Amino acid sequence: MSRVTSAETFARARRREHRVLALLALAAVAVVVAFCVIALRGNWEYALTIRARKVAAMVVVGCAVAVSSVLFQTVTNNRVLTPGIMGFDSLFVLVQTLVVYFFGALALSSADPRLLFAGQVVFMVVFAGALYRWLFGRRSRDLYVLVLVGVVCGTLFSSLSSLAARLINPNDFVVLQDTLFASFNSVDQDLLVVSAVLVAVVSLWMGRLFRRLDVLALGREHALNLGVDHRSVVNQVLVAVAVLVSVATALVGPITFLGLLVANVARQLAGVSRHRVVVPASALLAVVALVGGQLVLERVFSLDTALSVIINFVGGIYFIALLIREAKR
Amino acid sequence: MIEVRNVTKTYGSTKVLDDVSLTIAPGGVTSIIGANGAGKSTLLSIIGRLLPADSGRVTVDGLDVATTPGATLAKRLAVLRQENHTSIRLSVRELVAFGRFPHSRGRLNATDLAAVDEAIAYFELEEFADRQLDQLSGGQRQRAHVAAVLCQDTDYVLLDEPLNNLDMRHSVQMMRRLRRMARDFAKTVVLVVHDINFASCHSDEVIAMRDGGVVAQGPTAELMTPELLSTVFDLDIAVHDIGGNRIGVYYS
Amino acid sequence: MSTGTGRRREVRGRHLVLAVLLLVPAAFASLFVGAGELSPLDLLNGDSDAALLLVESRLPRLLAILLAGTAMGVAGLVMMHITRNRFVTPSTAGTTESAVLGVFVATAFLGAESVMVKMVVALGFALIGTLFFLWVLRRLTFADVVVVPLVGIMLGGVITAVTTFFAYRADLLQSLSAWTNGDFSSVLRGRYELLWLTAAVTVGCYLYANRFTVAGVGRDFAVNLGVHYDRVVNLGLLLVSATTAAVVVTVGNIPFIGLVVPNLVTLVLGDNLRRVLPVTALVGAAFVLACDVVGRVVRHPYEIPVETVAGVVGSIVFILLVLRVRRVAG
Repeated sequence: MSRVTSAETFARARRREHRVLALLALAAVAVVVAFCVIALRGNWEYALTIRARKVAAMVVVGCAVAVSSVLFQTVTNNRVLTPGIMGFDSLFVLVQTLVVYFFGALALSSADPRLLFAGQVVFMVVFAGALYRWLFGRRSRDLYVLVLVGVVCGTLFSSLSSLAARLINPNDFVVLQDTLFASFNSVDQDLLVVSAVLVAVVSLWMGRLFRRLDVLALGREHALNLGVDHRSVVNQVLVAVAVLVSVATALVGPITFLGLLVANVARQLAGVSRHRVVVPASALLAVVALVGGQLVLERVFSLDTALSVIINFVGGIYFIALLIREAKR
Repeated sequence: MIEVRNVTKTYGSTKVLDDVSLTIAPGGVTSIIGANGAGKSTLLSIIGRLLPADSGRVTVDGLDVATTPGATLAKRLAVLRQENHTSIRLSVRELVAFGRFPHSRGRLNATDLAAVDEAIAYFELEEFADRQLDQLSGGQRQRAHVAAVLCQDTDYVLLDEPLNNLDMRHSVQMMRRLRRMARDFAKTVVLVVHDINFASCHSDEVIAMRDGGVVAQGPTAELMTPELLSTVFDLDIAVHDIGGNRIGVYYS
Repeated sequence: MSTGTGRRREVRGRHLVLAVLLLVPAAFASLFVGAGELSPLDLLNGDSDAALLLVESRLPRLLAILLAGTAMGVAGLVMMHITRNRFVTPSTAGTTESAVLGVFVATAFLGAESVMVKMVVALGFALIGTLFFLWVLRRLTFADVVVVPLVGIMLGGVITAVTTFFAYRADLLQSLSAWTNGDFSSVLRGRYELLWLTAAVTVGCYLYANRFTVAGVGRDFAVNLGVHYDRVVNLGLLLVSATTAAVVVTVGNIPFIGLVVPNLVTLVLGDNLRRVLPVTALVGAAFVLACDVVGRVVRHPYEIPVETVAGVVGSIVFILLVLRVRRVAG
């Protein structure tokens, strides 16, 4: 019997992972290029700029959603729950609404948008952290109880937002609606640049934690045994997730199921749970899904429907299938 | 040397450990025995810093487990609990490789890879080294987890019920290996063992616990007496000399 | 055993009286809350404007609230019993979302004007949606108390995505929000009478209560007692769907009422359907009334839709109820 060594096995696995990543990168580049150039006519320079900005927004949002979802799944040890499903993006909308409620629309429009955004992110970090501690902090709870509570929390946040929105005076409400109902078609250029920088910085910061996150995915006790500071890593990840969710939601509003879809499909494609592979893979998948989806919607069906509706449809079905499969194990 | 000083732990209103103090000398196999709820697993978890003590102090080679950075401690001390469910998909080889994390910080070099191969061979896991953990039987999985702990290559190894899920043959093999490990690599192995006869046949020292306190600690032969065992377990246990080992008989 | 039930009965009687005592003054007070000034004194003085306001707007509104609250509380209770899961109610089984889709289809594709047509189509969709949910459930090899409503909520989300997609294309998002966001502010005389149908449904539920209880225990148990299991279950679903459709068509969805009210009532009074049904009906009415009054008072003279208030209160209670589950089970 020829003995297989770990060196060979791992080297083979690495090669496979690189192949998967290379293919995904190729696909992402292909859809981005296709989106920019297909059916480009008239004043193509102008059209190209518009499209490039749209694609950039989708790439930034895709990366933010994908990275935050994978990391959140790791620190919660749970493949069914993502920040989107737990209503973190609704939470951000709530924070935005509360800012208007307490400070008025005047403050919202006169304040430096970056400062305002920073303030909202800080709120978000505090709220998301408190929510996490409340749900996951004590003894380990039943997976499905967590998921159901998370889902209903999402409903609660949206109800609270609409309640707060109703309490605002009607003029302020109009201003708020403008900021809330953003889409890929109307992304603010300044905000986009700031967001891209933020997502890049947070992703690099998280990249340094990937190896420790691999250990964390084994479970809390394994992580402690192997000398990973569980609490510190989880805290860092929560801050990062809060920032990423804020960025994505501020840019285009909630897309509930995107994170769940890309994180789980990426895990399946990669065949491993190593973050060095899964995180970039799901980011690339998110880009393919968003840009490719928009491409098909706009150019093939010439529909102007919000892509998020389609994603929620597919994602909802996927979620049900995932629940049924997970529960059978 | 592991030193436990005045450790107390309470869950809700029940005191699980009540002012426990003991010393475990380096080298050899020490078994902790006692009835259900005596506090064995809790004590092991506190030594392995998986649980914080309410009061008291645990040091390993002078390092306080509560304050020493986890990364430093992970090179000295490895701990494996009873339930080792992991929710992610991993092959045996990947799991064992995680044992090298304290040394490699995730970047496996040639030494690490050699250690992985060695641990896999030591526990005879080659046959299913590249299978996923969830495709293995409970016993095979248990062996894989112990192999990962061996791969961690620490001076101190704490195992909670390592014979869980193992059949008779694999139980004996496991105990023999642990004993050999302690001898060959000069390790200190501390076990929680349910079966007093495995403890008797394979450990150098025994710690007997009851109701959150240590009843007795000493060389195995001295503690395997009917008097002590019946105090610890509330059960009449006869002790016979069989093949050079002291065997407790309590089945009828 | 018999003394136990006797004691329970006593408690129930007292609870009923208590609920009525709370409900009646609250209902009376609610008549005089709103954007337009109206006081009992005006009525006594024979102010004709006041009388008109009362008859055309306030009274219909109160009746609509009481009818909708009663019916939704009872519908939730019946559904809990039929599915043997206390978290499966119209809001968590795709029933409501299907009804909304039905109203939308009736409006957008069939060009329905009459309330009756909308109602019938919505009822059909609600029934099909719920049956589909139950069909999915039978495919599950397990029936965890928490997984089942989770599947139901997600199914509701998928149906909503379909509705939104077509509403977007048909440029009907605005009307869609009228059916998804329950609101009593537009209730006037002549626009709510369909809700009287729910009163009949509620009576039907009461008459059939014992059979629902038997069916709830299980098919074998029901058959053994000579109860037509399938017929009872289907009748129950029909009644629940009718209530949901009627409420969605007239005032729009009011989330979680059917879940929160029966759960709280059975928590206190136990599970016997026939016994808790009247209390559930009263508490449901009181709950919706309270939500509506809060919505009218908080931001006077503007109104907050009952859907928003109920959504906040309902989801908080829902979360607390779910967190209780495993704690009770150990």
